[in-house]
Amino acid sequence: MDQKIEDLLAFYSTKPNGLIPFYHKVQEELGYIPKEFIPQIASSFNLSQAEVYGVLTFYADFRTQPPGKNILRICRAEACQSNGCHKLIKKAKEALRIDFGQTSADGQVTLLPTFCFGNCANGPSVSLNGKLYGRVDVQKMEKLIASIQQCYA
Amino acid sequence: MHKLYISKDYSSVAVGADEVALVVEKEASSRSIPLSIIRTGSYGLYWLEPLVEVQLEGTKRVAYGPVKPEDVRPLFESGFLNGGDHPLFIGDVQEHPYLKRQKRLIFERMGRLEPLSLDAYVEMGGFRGLKNALEWGQNRVIDEVTKSGLRGRGGAGFPTGIKWKTTWLAPSSQKYIVCNADEGDSGTFSDRMVMEGDPFLLIEGMMIAGFAVGANKGYIYLRSEYPLAYEILNKAIDICKQKGYLGSKLFGTSFSFDLEVYLGAGAYICGEETALLDSLEGKRGMVRPRPPLPAVKGLWGQPTVINNVITLASVPWILSYGGDAYARFGVNRSKGTLPVQLSGNLKYPGLVEVPFGISLKELIYEFGGGTRTGKPLKAIQIGGPLGPYLPESLLDIPLDYEELSKIKGIVGHGGIVAFDDSVNLAHMAHYAMEFCAEESCGKCTPCRIGSTRGMELMEKIIWGKGSRKDLELLFELCDTMINASLCGLGGMTPFPVLSALRYFPEDFGYSKQDIVAFATTN
Ligand SMILES: Cc1cc2nc3c(=O)[nH]c(=O)nc-3n(C[C@H](O)[C@H](O)[C@H](O)COP(=O)(O)O)c2cc1C
Ligand code: SF4
Ligand code: FES
Repeated sequence: MDQKIEDLLAFYSTKPNGLIPFYHKVQEELGYIPKEFIPQIASSFNLSQAEVYGVLTFYADFRTQPPGKNILRICRAEACQSNGCHKLIKKAKEALRIDFGQTSADGQVTLLPTFCFGNCANGPSVSLNGKLYGRVDVQKMEKLIASIQQCYA
Repeated sequence: MHKLYISKDYSSVAVGADEVALVVEKEASSRSIPLSIIRTGSYGLYWLEPLVEVQLEGTKRVAYGPVKPEDVRPLFESGFLNGGDHPLFIGDVQEHPYLKRQKRLIFERMGRLEPLSLDAYVEMGGFRGLKNALEWGQNRVIDEVTKSGLRGRGGAGFPTGIKWKTTWLAPSSQKYIVCNADEGDSGTFSDRMVMEGDPFLLIEGMMIAGFAVGANKGYIYLRSEYPLAYEILNKAIDICKQKGYLGSKLFGTSFSFDLEVYLGAGAYICGEETALLDSLEGKRGMVRPRPPLPAVKGLWGQPTVINNVITLASVPWILSYGGDAYARFGVNRSKGTLPVQLSGNLKYPGLVEVPFGISLKELIYEFGGGTRTGKPLKAIQIGGPLGPYLPESLLDIPLDYEELSKIKGIVGHGGIVAFDDSVNLAHMAHYAMEFCAEESCGKCTPCRIGSTRGMELMEKIIWGKGSRKDLELLFELCDTMINASLCGLGGMTPFPVLSALRYFPEDFGYSKQDIVAFATTN
């Protein structure tokens, strides 16, 4: 744990509900939440390791492994389904040769599902590194993937 | 100086509103035309986004849309800054039938003002509700909300006045207002629009609620999928604090109110109010058995009002114009207006605020314009992922809590998703079970195990290997989930499944007769 994370821990562990905000901050800093932190988090928050680990694994946002350099999310909820998000999912999985929840072999892209971005009226929706794209068709999907691949070609 | 309005809402930006604003600026500066672009919320005419509105002389504005970056130069060439003719010309948005046919109480300011301009908000009637509330006192505030007939817009449709009264009467020196901004249902985005496009409205609603029940602290529990809402809400709260709209002893009264945004972390179940409370306390979002009700024993064991964003955003209007005025809109026990969110396979998807009583058909065809693909409409899903799939033949149903429940439908969060005839309802039913399995909090067995068993059964059926026995089992499973689950996730997941079976048995490889045998019990 470096100083910055120590400081965050010191700050959030004084709050009665600081654990989830703390995890958000750590993930913002490091991209993930290392499991090695658990004993120290538990003792600072005065919780059992099981509780701390329980919260960490309950929420889809938090991960305990470093993600790829780029994060590609595709909405797979109903409204996007009705506008053909299946095709986008298929395209992305084929092009990156990974399934949802996985990172490409070269460590460049992590592919994640999302259940609704609130962009349903302009779906299908995809986000790349936090930037949201609407009305995505297969061509646009190909372009997005190509834009990532160009970055590391 | 020319004045332009372009939406900054998340969904408008997703289809290029930022790029369009940038290109407009560049094009103007290369032509040495002075202009200022005001970034607003969206009107919700989403098929027209990015929409560019131009201020003409006086107060009149005309719009163009949907504008792509490459349209900008031709727009300048056709003199759009003075309302020039162009194929993308829409005219005055206020006169557009899609908007004109609506009755906008909550969304009256949406799209017209700069979300973070407190002055603009006040100028357009903002904080009048709160002023009245402070003048009238708690009794009358709760009375007006009760008279309005307002029911919770988050899903359960529980009368807001009764909820407030319960918390008000609960003895405790510390009470809380929690805004449920988890908006997890697919096909819904009205909460997001309020938070991004008119954030002071939500703040005012929460303050009125706080004053009414004697709470001095509010939390907005916001889903993490809404980063722009997070940014705007935090800025809006800061502005209110600076300008003395939040803090202690407000407006020279003894009323104090403080507000905080708390970010969720990607769990649908945290939209359920008791799971939300656990999550807000920093724990796993597990559903709590009821009673006790949160209104009596909620956040950290204290009396807590939990209301949805739209519920709270309806309150300032009610306090400005009175509960009776609000109750004049709507029908039967469904009072007021509902921001209906139209999405999926529709020509004109968007936000439509209308009084209750309008038929689903009108919403789908007159507002939505029928399917975008031009193929026949096969089904709609109303009320989110836990709502039923309804066939075209049932669309004469009016939007009304009780009427919908007669056909086992729900208003839910007011989302309607349309599907054309390429949809396979067996796949959608499988997806519903999968979603439930994915999002189950795990507290009770019918939901935790049942959803996975449901998925397996559906897979067997989809692969054409489902026997009559499997069908029987599926109905039994649904029955158990409905009757034995602790909360609505497990208890309502059978709704999409059973409705799909009932109305579209062919998609499962069954005939109407196969289903009829079970239809009486389910
Ligand atoms: C599984 C499940 C998910 C829910 N998700 C939401 C949600 O995302 N937003 C919401 O406002 N209410 C949601 N609710 C309803 C809340 O539990 C609660 O009824 C509501 O927040 C109360 O506020 P209201 O009276 O203003 O509607 C959900 C309920 C269930 C059972
Ligand atoms: S029905 Fe599902 S989500 Fe609800 S309490 Fe039971 S396990 Fe949790
Ligand atoms: S369903 Fe995909 S953004 Fe809402």
